[in-house]
Amino acid sequence: MGELMTINMGPQHPSTHGVLYLELKVDGEIVVDCKPHLGYLHRGIEKIAENRTYTQFIPYTDRLDYLASMNNNLCYCMAVEKLLNIAVPDRAQYLRVIVAELNRVISHLVAIGTFAQDLGAYATPLFYAFRDREKIVELFDSICGNRLTYNYVRIGGVSADIPAGTEQYIKDFIAYERKQLIDYNELLTYNVIFLARSKKIGILSKEVALNYSITGPMLRASGVKWDVRKDEPYGVYNKFDFDIPVGLNGDSWDRFKVKLEEIEQSLRIVEQAIGSIPEGNPVSKVNRVFRGTGEAYVRTENPRGELGFYLVAEGGVNPYRCKIRSPSFSNLGVLPELIRGLNISDAVCVLGSLDIVMGEIDR
Amino acid sequence: MQNSECFQKIKNKFPDISIEEQPNGLVIPKASLLEVAVFLKNEISFENCHCVTAVDRKDKMELVYLLYSTPNHFMLTLKTFVALDDLTVETVSGLWRSADWLERETFDLFGIKFLNHPDLRRIMNPDNWTDFPLRKDFKMEGFIPRPQSPGLKG
Repeated sequence: MGELMTINMGPQHPSTHGVLYLELKVDGEIVVDCKPHLGYLHRGIEKIAENRTYTQFIPYTDRLDYLASMNNNLCYCMAVEKLLNIAVPDRAQYLRVIVAELNRVISHLVAIGTFAQDLGAYATPLFYAFRDREKIVELFDSICGNRLTYNYVRIGGVSADIPAGTEQYIKDFIAYERKQLIDYNELLTYNVIFLARSKKIGILSKEVALNYSITGPMLRASGVKWDVRKDEPYGVYNKFDFDIPVGLNGDSWDRFKVKLEEIEQSLRIVEQAIGSIPEGNPVSKVNRVFRGTGEAYVRTENPRGELGFYLVAEGGVNPYRCKIRSPSFSNLGVLPELIRGLNISDAVCVLGSLDIVMGEIDR
Repeated sequence: MQNSECFQKIKNKFPDISIEEQPNGLVIPKASLLEVAVFLKNEISFENCHCVTAVDRKDKMELVYLLYSTPNHFMLTLKTFVALDDLTVETVSGLWRSADWLERETFDLFGIKFLNHPDLRRIMNPDNWTDFPLRKDFKMEGFIPRPQSPGLKG
């Protein structure tokens, strides 16, 4: 072994997906050790929660995993609803499933596009993914008036009903996206260069994944058939029929493939939900300010894994403690083990396949 | 599986320790945390340490472990209390690797020291900072954050 060199990857490295700083010890091209440094995006959101009312905190959850704001809103609101036993109208439950699954689709699209970009498929897959994503972003804009930070799911309902014509728009999108998925498959999945770069790179075994509390597509890529939507259904997920895609080897390619297949499953859920939305008023009728006691833990299946909110209430108008268990945080913890012994270029590939968002890691 | 079933199993295995059953979970004494954790992991298949966090109860710190058992589909909330004059507790990161970073985070935000932890450093805040921001006595008024980069080395 030659002399070890320290390489600083990040915090402004284009493939670290945000402000992540990896301190790599390398022997030539081989990574010997990796030390992640977090905290560049630490805003103290858990402390902010203790100084805001329950309702005021919803917009802050948008800023955790900013690629999946709807899912964050949903999890937080479900935690408050569990704490205070608030009922949610049926129509709101269906709208929540629709927006959450559409958000999962566009989050996975970004993951796939940026992953391909990391592997050197310069710009084309990324632009294709963002072109499709734009359609849903515009839809969310028409539903709630925002393109990135939606603040749509509210405690006890949603902020507004969907405008007329939305159902047809979503049906058109599903038909369009199914055609695009064939395109992505042909462009990337079995592309020789793509396979050479991602197959057998960063293999994560089932046992290690469970021990590190890995969740989401990353866990399923390692061959564990586990999905909170299926195994511990929340909301109205038990009314829909969908499959859980799993991978075989747990390598970077499997993590990509699982995400691609999950897009199709999400489209299936949206298709079933859009045909059976009950009538009624989905808008929340809960007071803006209320008090609660007790504690509640709720977790939901976010695009990146299981997001959990642990709320402790002591009778005040603010939560006494709000712990956010973010999926990317736990998923990133395994990175040093995965990239030890790989080339630096493969470390970029593994990091891209983890699909992290620094907003929810640093909080 | 229910809280009470879990409670009984621990009680049968460790008759000497005082376990308290609450509606949301179990409270065990700090001294027996590690042996109960080993028992839970190896014999009741709590193979997933989902979350580790703390709550500042002003007169003491409450440590919360969310453990999940996939075969039983059950999430156990395991709690223990740490006195303010002795903010130390045995680490469980040797059992569950996921606890490594979660304990570092708890140390960073609450100042609870995890004994025998492999790498107990602050994870989000600067290393040279002395405050623990999620404690209730942390003053937010007049607090001006001065972020300092850990310094690029090499």
